[in-house]
Amino acid sequence: MSTAATTETKPAPAAIEKIMVKVDGREIEVPRLMADWSGKLTPTTMIQACELAKTDVPHYCYHPKLPIAGNCRMCLVEFGTPALGPDRKPILNPDGTTKIAKSPRPAIACATPVSPGMEIYTNTPGVKQMREGVLEFLLINHPLDCPICDQAGECKLQEYSVDYGQSASRFVEAKVHKPKVVDLGPRIMLDDERCILCTRCIRFTKDIVGDDALGIVNRGSFNTLTAFPGKAFDNNYTLNTVDICPVGALTSKDFRFQMRVWFLKETRSVCTSCATGCNILIGSREEKIYRYTPRENDAVNGPWMCDYGRLNYKWIGRADRLKDVLVRNVGQASSLSHSQEKSETGRMPVLHSKVTWTAALSEIADKLKNAPAGSVAIVASARQTNEELWLISKLKAKLGAISDSISRTGAGDKLLVSTDKNPNTNGAQLTGVAANSMGTNLPKIADGIRTGKIRTLIVFGEDVTRHGIGVDLLGKLETLIVSDILPNATTELAHYLLPGCAHAEKRGTFTNTKGRVQKFMKAVEPPGDARPEWEFLHDLVYNVTGQDGFLTIEGLFNEMAQDVPAFNGLTWANLGDTGVTVKT
Amino acid sequence: MIVKRKPLNFWERLYLPAMIGGFKVTLRHFFKKKVTMQYPEEKWAVPVDYRGAPYLVRDQEGNTKCVSCQLCEFVCPPKAIKIIPPGPAGPLADRPNAEKMPLEFEINMLRCIFCGFCQEVCPEEAIFLQKDYSLTGTSRAEMIYNKEKLLALGGVHGGVQKWKHKLEEAKEQENFPVKV
Repeated sequence: MSTAATTETKPAPAAIEKIMVKVDGREIEVPRLMADWSGKLTPTTMIQACELAKTDVPHYCYHPKLPIAGNCRMCLVEFGTPALGPDRKPILNPDGTTKIAKSPRPAIACATPVSPGMEIYTNTPGVKQMREGVLEFLLINHPLDCPICDQAGECKLQEYSVDYGQSASRFVEAKVHKPKVVDLGPRIMLDDERCILCTRCIRFTKDIVGDDALGIVNRGSFNTLTAFPGKAFDNNYTLNTVDICPVGALTSKDFRFQMRVWFLKETRSVCTSCATGCNILIGSREEKIYRYTPRENDAVNGPWMCDYGRLNYKWIGRADRLKDVLVRNVGQASSLSHSQEKSETGRMPVLHSKVTWTAALSEIADKLKNAPAGSVAIVASARQTNEELWLISKLKAKLGAISDSISRTGAGDKLLVSTDKNPNTNGAQLTGVAANSMGTNLPKIADGIRTGKIRTLIVFGEDVTRHGIGVDLLGKLETLIVSDILPNATTELAHYLLPGCAHAEKRGTFTNTKGRVQKFMKAVEPPGDARPEWEFLHDLVYNVTGQDGFLTIEGLFNEMAQDVPAFNGLTWANLGDTGVTVKT
Repeated sequence: MIVKRKPLNFWERLYLPAMIGGFKVTLRHFFKKKVTMQYPEEKWAVPVDYRGAPYLVRDQEGNTKCVSCQLCEFVCPPKAIKIIPPGPAGPLADRPNAEKMPLEFEINMLRCIFCGFCQEVCPEEAIFLQKDYSLTGTSRAEMIYNKEKLLALGGVHGGVQKWKHKLEEAKEQENFPVKV
């Protein structure tokens, strides 16, 4: 456990022979074999060599994580190979360089393997003309719907038309009209006029998901993308086709006409819907989240994510979010509560009243400091970050408390969805907050409350009334401290209610099911007085234990990495954007 | 450097020639055509191509031309324009195949600098800088013009009805073998 953290461990790949090729006159060494979409080693293609040479080759149908189709012709390039004499030896120029026999015809870079000494030309007048020609053909029947198209701003047809296309259209005939606003599936809207027939969506759903639902019908200009009769395009990964669609043919119904993409601020984050921890970008504008999109991380999710996780963001902007620090007025009232004069005047008593963070935290700290050892229990959540759970473990150690968190399981699949629905189960266990078999301490806590041994309960982000600690038990407590995001039966009974933040409103790290520690950034501001849990937990730990820690997430993470054996050697900075796998 | 002031001579010290000169100017203007305009009783003829307040326009058939592409919101230098797009469940657009139109369109006339970028960027010819130059209101809220007000003030602007033509073109192809 104490060994330094490593990145994803893979069996050392066998040494692959390197070959020299020239891209636009620059020599570059490329491996003879490279991983294809399925990870199998296949001969390196020209487009892969160009990518290694950092030369852009425009393409529509080619996608590094999909099988090669080679139908869009956008990646046509010119190339040459060393000329061979009758003795199968390269012919030399008079100046001693290898003579290159230029291919009389261009080739598609996505499906042509490189050979030693090959020269690839991506910038010749011929290549430019071919790109212009391909774009002209693609635009013949394209409706130019850009003002009403959700793809505008991230559309490859727009981008390549600007970069490589002609400025004016020569086409004067009527365009072929195809079905528009087609309901392709529960989450997907199809516009066939915009489709450029690259077949990325067909290959994705057939080869990646294994749900052969889409195909192209009719001939020539009337080629039309459609779902097979009787087949619904409704698998849990359909929205990835919206991402890979280079044009606006496939658009998300959820994001439809919501916001133009150029307004969205993209924040690097991690999906919290299951323990896989898919890397995402949160698209937000003016403190409102509009969409999640997957962020490529080959160690976790590749370029994909599931539809459920992608659409599971709306609760963050709910109107009933907890916004105020509250103390309970009835029952075992705190000194901060208002007296119950309102109930005496005949009106319904106000259940909670609003206080400041400073007042609430210092009173909670006083109560915790005076609590006898063993009289405090903590129910944390495996939806909290590593840093927050570590701060809770410090509190737990000081108070001699019993703690656990609540496990969530559900159906998983082969691709991305994990059966564990908590984003940070591993973090809760590595920090020692959750029991080794998560949830086994909950009955002990319930028993403790029943026998009166446990007088104080601290709950983070869970509704314990649904997990064996009912309303009657909570009523027996002297002090119930609850931090949550949305109201529930537990928050209603809280003596102290501390409003927390969704992952999109704070920074932190999660440890996913494979033990990969991944950080996420803040996209939007929390509502009202809500504060990131690690901030007020830091204050609380300081007030209770007297030990001060770092007030920044970077410092806090680094401090935790030194303290928790599994995280030894990690720093906030070296987590990078894609995370580091630790031994669990 | 000190510039020596020339001492005034006798006529200059007398002041009378300068006063007479001044009265001559005044007298000359008595008999000239008057140039002062009695604003606001008298109004100014606004020149063609004048850039006044931007308003939304309707087409010949009374349809809202704006499709809420939000390019004007993006290009607006003082961020005077705010558009709320319809979203997936919003009301249908006036023209069925234009698919969308704004749920709300606000221009803060206190922020607007009448630069005309919105008109220039509009792909639908739906917003024009018109001839209003004197915008008044008694509160800030009153100076934020909403979609209804902008459309009422904007009037009708004809032009090419591209969505209508697309629809007609598609209808003519109904007998083509494109059934899905």
